[in-house]
Amino acid sequence: MSYWEFLGEYGIRFVSGAIVTAEQTVPASALAIGIPVVFGLMRLSRSFVIRSAAIAYIEFFRGTSLLVQLYWIFFVLPLFGLTLEKFAAGFIAVGMNLGAYGAEVVRGAIRSVPHGQTEAAIALNLSPATRMRRIILPQALLIMLPPWGNLLIELLKGTALVSLISVADLMFAARQVNGSTFLSAQAFGTALIVYYVMARLVVTPAMRATERVMASRLGRT
Amino acid sequence: MPEPIAAQPKVRLDRVTKRYGDLVVLDQLSMDVAPNEMISIIGPSGSGKTTILRLLMTLEQVTDGIISIDGEPLTHMPKNGGLAPANRAHLRRMRTKIGMCFQHFNLFPHMTALQNCIEGPIQVLGMSKVEATARAMDLLAMVGLEEKAGEHPVRLSGGQKQRVAIARALAMRPEVLLLDEVTSALDPEVIGEVLQVIRGLNKKYDLTILMVTHQMGFAKEISDRVVFIYEGKVEEAGAPDQIFGDPTSERTRQFLSAVLEAG
Repeated sequence: MSYWEFLGEYGIRFVSGAIVTAEQTVPASALAIGIPVVFGLMRLSRSFVIRSAAIAYIEFFRGTSLLVQLYWIFFVLPLFGLTLEKFAAGFIAVGMNLGAYGAEVVRGAIRSVPHGQTEAAIALNLSPATRMRRIILPQALLIMLPPWGNLLIELLKGTALVSLISVADLMFAARQVNGSTFLSAQAFGTALIVYYVMARLVVTPAMRATERVMASRLGRT
Repeated sequence: MPEPIAAQPKVRLDRVTKRYGDLVVLDQLSMDVAPNEMISIIGPSGSGKTTILRLLMTLEQVTDGIISIDGEPLTHMPKNGGLAPANRAHLRRMRTKIGMCFQHFNLFPHMTALQNCIEGPIQVLGMSKVEATARAMDLLAMVGLEEKAGEHPVRLSGGQKQRVAIARALAMRPEVLLLDEVTSALDPEVIGEVLQVIRGLNKKYDLTILMVTHQMGFAKEISDRVVFIYEGKVEEAGAPDQIFGDPTSERTRQFLSAVLEAG
């Protein structure tokens, strides 16, 4: 069987798998963007309790394996009365894990905005919240975009793990095709190519476009 | 004791000390500034000039002593018959009287010149965008940058940036304006345009101005009084003609001859 025949026969399963991967990636990305903003700011709080809570979250989700976290959320939480559907468990685990890395990106970006900006904002008597929202965060956003691009690609690839709790994503499709045909090179080769294409032709251009838009808002075009 | 120069000084520093660890930057410095006065603060680098302005802008906290504006403590507030360090609400209330321009401008790079000037009036003073824009355009016109209102700071020259920064500070209608080496980061050929804007500012906008500067000629020309700071203290203060023409302190004399020789 040529590779083209293989694709003709099983291509549709890779396509539907890729769609599920995309469906996992989008809400996971939303989490992985929302969580870091909240936890990155908490990490910079004056309050010891709030700061500690953020550090605990970041340390736990960065310091332990994504796969184990996924299993916890899907298999262990139901024992404590919190049952999640596998689809939801999948993107929540991936989003919370990458969100912990993102929180550090947010914190670093906020801290790298020159201190003179804060001083100028104080001299205009802006409140601390307004300083953060109107002056610091917009500038930090531009600084954090390139590392965000990396994280979102990591996230896309990380969603492959959800196949292990039987979410029918791209990796799940590849494993099924491999199981029924034993054409491992074709099955996993196709998965490799599709992941690469999604990362290179979707995530990266989207991030570049966002960076351009943000840069032009700073008048740097 | 500083000589009383008005019934009520606009700004009073009363035995203000600022220490960073073991380093004493201001050493029981006392100084009064009268309403509408234009004061130039000069002195060797590291003498504490800029720290005076930073304390007045509440960017730093005093180690000891009291700063007052219009007789009301800035760094402290009355509590149980005594004085306690100011809380945030007190600082925010007192800051409405004070504005500052920085050596490195510190314009907000993600905003146009106009947006820089309306941000404070809208967010802090609660002005409408229309009102704030009208006020900002007047000020941008005053500094000669009406046609640059839509430009981001990255498209402006150093002199233009500093003029926008002055307009931005004035848009808040401060009563006390602090100018921290506003020409030190500028190319020589654009210093004049910034000095031109500062000239007469205190009369036009009913301002009390404290200016830290290395422009001795300018300080001599426009100041009501010149204060020479040496090692965290007021070494000598007086009319520009006296300080530059006939300083009483040997240190002032040495400093001025060194500076004037250099340039």
